[in-house]
Amino acid sequence: MELDFGFFSADLMRRYVLGGLWFSVQLTVIATAGGILFGSLLALMRISGKYMLAVPATIYVNTMRSVPLVMVILWFFLLMPFALGRPIGAELSAVITFVAFEAAFFCEIVRSGIQAIPRGQLQAGMALGMRSAQTMRLVILPQALRHMLPVLVTQVIVLFQDTSLVYAIGAYDLLKGFDVAGKILGRPVEAYLGAALVYFLICFALSRLAARLHVRRLS
Amino acid sequence: MSLDWDIFCRSTTGTERIAGCLGQGGELSYLQWLVSAWGWTATVAVLGFAVALAIGMWVGTLRTLHAHRWLVVLAAAWVELFRNIPLLVQVFLWYHVAPFFIPALKLMPSWLLVSVALGLFTSARIAEQVRAGIQSLPRAQRSAALALGMSETQTYRWVILPVALRVMIPALTSEAMSIVKNSSVAFAVSVAELTQFALQAQEETARGVEIYLAVTLLYAATAFAVNRALAFVEARVRVPGVGAAARQEA
Repeated sequence: MELDFGFFSADLMRRYVLGGLWFSVQLTVIATAGGILFGSLLALMRISGKYMLAVPATIYVNTMRSVPLVMVILWFFLLMPFALGRPIGAELSAVITFVAFEAAFFCEIVRSGIQAIPRGQLQAGMALGMRSAQTMRLVILPQALRHMLPVLVTQVIVLFQDTSLVYAIGAYDLLKGFDVAGKILGRPVEAYLGAALVYFLICFALSRLAARLHVRRLS
Repeated sequence: MSLDWDIFCRSTTGTERIAGCLGQGGELSYLQWLVSAWGWTATVAVLGFAVALAIGMWVGTLRTLHAHRWLVVLAAAWVELFRNIPLLVQVFLWYHVAPFFIPALKLMPSWLLVSVALGLFTSARIAEQVRAGIQSLPRAQRSAALALGMSETQTYRWVILPVALRVMIPALTSEAMSIVKNSSVAFAVSVAELTQFALQAQEETARGVEIYLAVTLLYAATAFAVNRALAFVEARVRVPGVGAAARQEA
């Protein structure tokens, strides 16, 4: 038996792989946007200094961070139908899971980004007569976000790689596309090599981007 | 819906409850299966971490040897390769693809292949920690050792690595906790570890909440135990005046 890379025809890509790639990209984009939104809220809760806000946020973040993502995916897939009162597809379940899970990780990135801004900035904002919400929005967050950018891109790479774990509930993503193609055409070796190559190229390109952002931030 | 913890006393072969929760002979309760699954999770995680540490140390150290350009490039390529492919895909590469090129691997049990995959994936991350640990030391230490007439190997062996490795322990702790969680990908090649147990037991008993709760708590407890164990090691081997704790005190 020999490798046959004629396996990767345009027809195969269209039929099995592209749909999966599109879902993986969508999942990554939605989880990044939703994760940053809810993660920022969690971060603000954690640094608010208000017990009623900080404690639940801390418990949520630490719980998510101490459980394997695969288990979180399984939990949501198990419980979502009860919560919504109707069956839910693997793809939608995956999207909700990733937003909820990534929020915990983006929270920690945003929190350390905010805490890296010198307190003098906050005090200067206050001295100018701004409210604390205004100081946060106009002074602290714009700087913090710029500081966080390289770490955010690194987290997006991890997130994109982690989307492959929706395999556990059978959602049709990039890996599943190659998996199915390999099984149907009886060429699993080429299929998995192809999957590895596509993931590598996307992640490597993103990691170069993160490195460039990092250098620019330092200069 | 109420929780029914009795499920763990049930037999995995029949439906009856086993008195005392521990089956005998060929009969197993779900509790016994859970414990053995935890054992597989621990086995894969420990083996993976050993592989990751052994390789990560070398690769991370090689990346700092600026006099040997090829070694630096090779080590950098290693890190990029193993860190830019998802762990689950790497597991499939070892399980489905590697035996195609190296037929001897067909004889290897899947838990061993998963340990190797997990170890190599993590080795790239540990290599980066090792490199950062070495680079965090003042350059003068290296110059001083060389000035004393030590060879480069001796400098690394007696001066740089003993300090760098201790400075790195907090970062290694988080990698060790990650590897416990990441070992869950082994379910994809049917290793009988915790996640695989969760999937199968959920299907057989339809008591997903109880099963998942037990598995989730075991994962969290294991990661916490790893954290405490390494915190103990960190306190024992700490070099006074070096590392994050010292900076906080200063």
